[in-house]
Order: sequence, then C-alpha cells, then structure tokens
Amino acid sequence: MGQIEWAMWANEQALASGLILVAGGIVATAGRFTQWYFGTYAIAAGVLVCLLEYPRGSRAKGSTLERCGQRYLTAVLKLLGPLSRNYYFRAALHLALSVPAGFLLATILGTVCLVIASIIYLLAAVRGEQWTPIEPRPKERPQVGGTIKQPPSNPPPRPPVEARKKPGEEDATPAGGPPGGPRVNPIPVTDEVV
Amino acid sequence: MMGCWVLNESLPIIVVLLWLGMNLYLFMVTFRWYEEEESFLYTRVILGSTLAWAKASALCLNFNCMLILLPVSRNFISFVRGTSACCRGPWGRQLDKNLKFHKLVAYGIAVSAAIHIVAHLFNLERYHLSQSEEAPGLPAALSKLGNSPNESYLNPIRTAGTNPVIELLTTIAGITGLVLSLALILLMTSSTEFIRQVSYELFWYTHHVFIIFFISLALHGAGRIVRGQTPESLLLHNVTFCRNHYDKWHAVAQCPMPRFSGKEPSAWKWVLGPVVLYACERIIRFWRFQQEVVITKVISHPSGVLELRMKKRDFTMAPGQYIFIQCPAISLLEWHPFTLTSAPHEDFFSVHIRAAGDWTEALCEAFGAQGQDLKDPCSLPRLAVDGPFGAALTDVFHYPASVCIAAGIGVTPFAALLKSLWHKCCDSQSQLKPSKVYFYWICRDARAFEWFADLLLSLETQMSEQGKAHFLSYRIFLTGWDEDQALHIALHWDENTDVITGLKQKTFYGRPNWDDEFKQIAYSHPSCHH
Repeated sequence: MGQIEWAMWANEQALASGLILVAGGIVATAGRFTQWYFGTYAIAAGVLVCLLEYPRGSRAKGSTLERCGQRYLTAVLKLLGPLSRNYYFRAALHLALSVPAGFLLATILGTVCLVIASIIYLLAAVRGEQWTPIEPRPKERPQVGGTIKQPPSNPPPRPPVEARKKPGEEDATPAGGPPGGPRVNPIPVTDEVV
Repeated sequence: MMGCWVLNESLPIIVVLLWLGMNLYLFMVTFRWYEEEESFLYTRVILGSTLAWAKASALCLNFNCMLILLPVSRNFISFVRGTSACCRGPWGRQLDKNLKFHKLVAYGIAVSAAIHIVAHLFNLERYHLSQSEEAPGLPAALSKLGNSPNESYLNPIRTAGTNPVIELLTTIAGITGLVLSLALILLMTSSTEFIRQVSYELFWYTHHVFIIFFISLALHGAGRIVRGQTPESLLLHNVTFCRNHYDKWHAVAQCPMPRFSGKEPSAWKWVLGPVVLYACERIIRFWRFQQEVVITKVISHPSGVLELRMKKRDFTMAPGQYIFIQCPAISLLEWHPFTLTSAPHEDFFSVHIRAAGDWTEALCEAFGAQGQDLKDPCSLPRLAVDGPFGAALTDVFHYPASVCIAAGIGVTPFAALLKSLWHKCCDSQSQLKPSKVYFYWICRDARAFEWFADLLLSLETQMSEQGKAHFLSYRIFLTGWDEDQALHIALHWDENTDVITGLKQKTFYGRPNWDDEFKQIAYSHPSCHH
C-alpha cells in the first residue's frame, strides 16, 4: 500500500463531488426549495471545484493519461503557482467550500463527498505529494538525413558483419534494438520462403 | 452451425437488451401502480408524481443490486459453465464477459440511484412545505394527521419550520440513504480505469465498502416513513368523496379518520440470495487458500519470466483457463490471475509469470529469480491457488482445420492448447478431428516470450521425429524491428533455421497480410465451409 498516490484518488473524488454539488444545486434552484439560494452557491462552488480539479496532475513515476482537453486549464493552474501545487491549500479550500452547502438538503451529499476529498488531499499533502502539470511532449521533428548511413570507413576488403558488430548482439536472442512500433512493409509480404 | 454463429455474434447484444428491457419493465409497472393506486392517493396529494419516480427507481435499484454480485462470484460462474450443455461455445464466452456485465449493472445502479435521490429530494421538500403554515387545505389537513393519540401519521415531517437536513439525519431512511450514496460514490471514484492502473490495491480495498452498502440497503426501508392508506381504512373511508370534505372528516360518517401504514422493507428479499452466494464464494476462496499447493519446479526464464510448476489435489483443467494465485508472504488479500500454460495430460500445472508490477516483482524475488544463488526448497514461500476459471479453448478439437491467432501476451493460453493438441495427436488411441492447425503469433519483440519460442522448438523437434511435421503450421510476425536487425536477418536468410528464434519456420517482419493468409488457407482446405 505504500506506493499509492493518494492525490490521484483525491482528484477523482473531488471532481465527482464538484459535479454532485452542481447537480444538487440545480435541483434546489430549479425546484425553488426553501433556502434555494444555497443551491445557487452550490452551483458556483461546484463549477469552481470542477475547474480546479479537471486537469490531472502527473504521477510521480510512469506516464499519466490526460483528461480530454485539459491543456488549457493546466496553463491557467500553472499561473496560480503554489496555490495549485500545494495540497494543503486544496484540502483547506475544499473544506471551506463544502460548509455552506451543508445547510441545504439537496447539496448535502456534495458536501460530504467534498469533505472526504479534502481528507484524502490532506493525507496526500502529509505524504509530501505535489501537483505537477503534465507537460506536453515536444513534437519530434523528422530529422533530415538521419536515415542516411555513413559510407563504409574501411576500404575493401572488409571483414564480415559479425566481426564488425558489437559483442552484445549475438545469434540466439534478437538484438536489443529499440522496439520501435509496428512497421509497415514498403513491399507487401508474401509467403515465399521455406 | 449457422444458428450457433448468429447466437455467437448477437449474444452480448441480446443479454444487454434483456437487462435493459427488464429494468424498463419494472420501472413502468411500478410507476403506473404508484400513480394509480388508491391507497396512495393521499400521499400523491402531498408528493405529486415524484412518489412514483422514487418508488419505480427503487425497484430498479433492488433488481440491479441483486444482479451486481452475481458476475463476480467466479466459482458460481464456473459451476454454471460446467453444467450447461447447450451451445457451449457462445455461452461460455459470454460468461467470460462477467466483469463487463458487472460494470454495466453498476452504471445501472448509478442512474437509478440518481433518479431515486432527486425524486426523494423533491419528496422531502414537499413534505416539509405541507407542514408549514402556508400549506393549502388538503395537504395541511393530511399533515396534521398523527398529532392526536389515536391517529397514524402520513407526513413523516411532524413539525413546521425544521430544516429538512435535520429531518434527514434523524430518520433511519435518511441516514442509510446518505451512507448508501456515499458508499456508491466512493466505490465509483476508486474504480475508474485510471485509478485501477495507478493503484490496483486502492481499488480493491476501497471496493470492500460494498459491505457497508448492502447492510445499509437492507436497513433503508426499516423506518417505513413513506406511507399509504391501510386496506381496512380504504373500505371505510371513501377517498374520492372525502378528499373534497377534509374539514369534516371527524364529523361525517363516511369519512372516518384515514389510517396509514408503511410498506415493509423489501430490498433485503432481493439481495439476500446473492449476498449469501457471495459469502459462500469468499468462504470457498478461504478454503482454497487453506489447501496445500506443492511447488514441484521453479524455472527462471530469460527476460524476467518465472515458470512455476505446481501440484494440487483434485485439480483438473482445460487448455485456455486461468488460475488466481495468492502469496500470503507478500499480501494476504491479493489474488492475481495467471493463464495456465501446461496441458491437461501433464501431471503438474504451470504458470509463467513476468515481473511487471509490485506483486509480481516481489514474487520473482521471493522465488530467487533475480539473484544468482539457488533457493533452498524448504524456504520457498507458500502459495495458494484458486481456480481454474474461464472458458476453455476446446473448440479447436471439433473442427478439421483451425486458425489460432495470438498477439503479444495473448499467446499464453496457446501454450496449453498447443501442448494439448500435440498430445492428443500423438495419442494413437484417440481419433482426432483436427488434421491441421495454423498458428499466428504477432509480437512486438520476441524477448519477453522467449520461453514460448522454446516450446515451439521442442514441439517442432517432436513433430519431425514422429513424421507429423505438417500438422502444425506456425507463423511468427515480429512487428518491432530496426535496421540493424534487418541487416542481420538478411545476411542469414539462406540458413536452415531462423536466426532469431532458431526454428525451422522463418520469422516474418511487420504485420501479416491477412487477405493473402486467409486466401491461402481457404485454398488449401476446399471442403471445409468455415
């Protein structure tokens, strides 16, 4: 259990809580329940929480799957600096946002969910986790002339390939070359050998 | 045959439509009942049609909560698979999609729960409004029922001016409802695909919140706060007449005070069976955990693959099945699935495990795969095995020619299948239907599955010894290759054995040209219709 990144779960929980707050708020406002103005507050708080939690932070190790279209919000969050990075702040913010919604029945579920998210963020903060934005990988520009091999440096006669190859690449196991993705054959593969 | 094919393709759709249809049917029937039922007329005066919405979605919830535990009772599924005889193939494969069905039912629960919660939010608000001073005549009169000693109440909110939140938190239904919704949300947020990849343990441990879910579900209706008129009261109290004369109820003979009662809770009746079944399932797992597993051989293959050969009493398997393994020394609660790579005729069963995560790395280390020194057999950690599960790949034995296609890690079940096929073929007593098996294996790089190439090599030697070299025709496609490899391969093209795998059949590079392959197979087997 020591490897769990709590912030990842806290993020999912907080996003869900934001959506539930918005839903509860809409029900209360549309139905004009008693004290429905708490409902409008819940919608606003829910939207804020969703915007804050939508960009997923990157994991400590391994790659992280981005949420669709989160780049723009990531840019905004990066501007906030420590306010978005620090999980203590997030825990406190979620706790504060959840309190007013607790007075209205329609939004109480959102409140409790947000409080739980706040607790998980607190746990993540205590364990030293931080929100780091997922940086987009720089697009690899095709290098001109990269596939042109150098002409042989020795004049003929040259020793066979095996003697020239590095000792690591031997017969029985395939060469430890980079497993570059599936290649499309330039000519169609036909079954002619053996 | 054609019928089986149609069934094969359409079975998943049929199952989903059946489930959806059942949900809609239950919803409609209940909705209509609550909208038209006379005993609930007075309740509808206060609540409107949100009563019917809440009750109809409650029935869907009961139905789905009953179903949700069934797909994850894997021993029960194996039992069903073993006893059903009709159209084995398609039903067996359908049973393999149990987790997909579990997720579908979970979404169904989420949707029904959302409808139920919103409907009850309106209900509570309307109960609250009916109790206030501004309430119109009939609802106000109905809400006052229950204030005198002999009366039964209709409106569960008894005082005006309270906050509905307080009302929620002082009723069993309210508290259990809140706990249920919370449990459901926690279950769902920790089960997203992302979280399962980040930390499977978090998903698995949090998922046990379902215990709290089912307990709360059983208790949810115990308060009986949503009430209808009792049958005796309906006989005495003419609702259609009396509803317009509510101010004269205690005076007029036709309208004695109506009496109300709540329905007894029914959720526990729906879920009791599956809960007991699942409890038995966990007991079986625990019992299997106690059973002794003898490790007969530990083989360390290159590229971090560990082969474990084991024996267990009364263990029978079919090719293509998988087992769950637990290692108490590493974790007491985790069971991990591995495909069986041995064939049924062998006196042991084996799995090949690759170190690809916390648990598998710990296992490989515990069995001494990483280090150079040999481990003392007595110091090997104890293992527990549950299974075997899964649909068997036995269809191959029923057709004269079969084409098996495996990609990457999917080749593991074929190890068992090929061994089993070969054994049946060599066993002169059995009349075997398959005379030709085509096997395709598409792999990014063969390093991770070198152990499988070894198996193919030994099969090849055995086949040529027995003079049955044409029984199995296999093609290996390596899709990840670079220029150095290509150079190396081209230079050794004319040799007898393949330079990468050492097999007689040459390895191909890139993806297969399926049109050509299928054309060739169809051409070689003109009498077979498939």
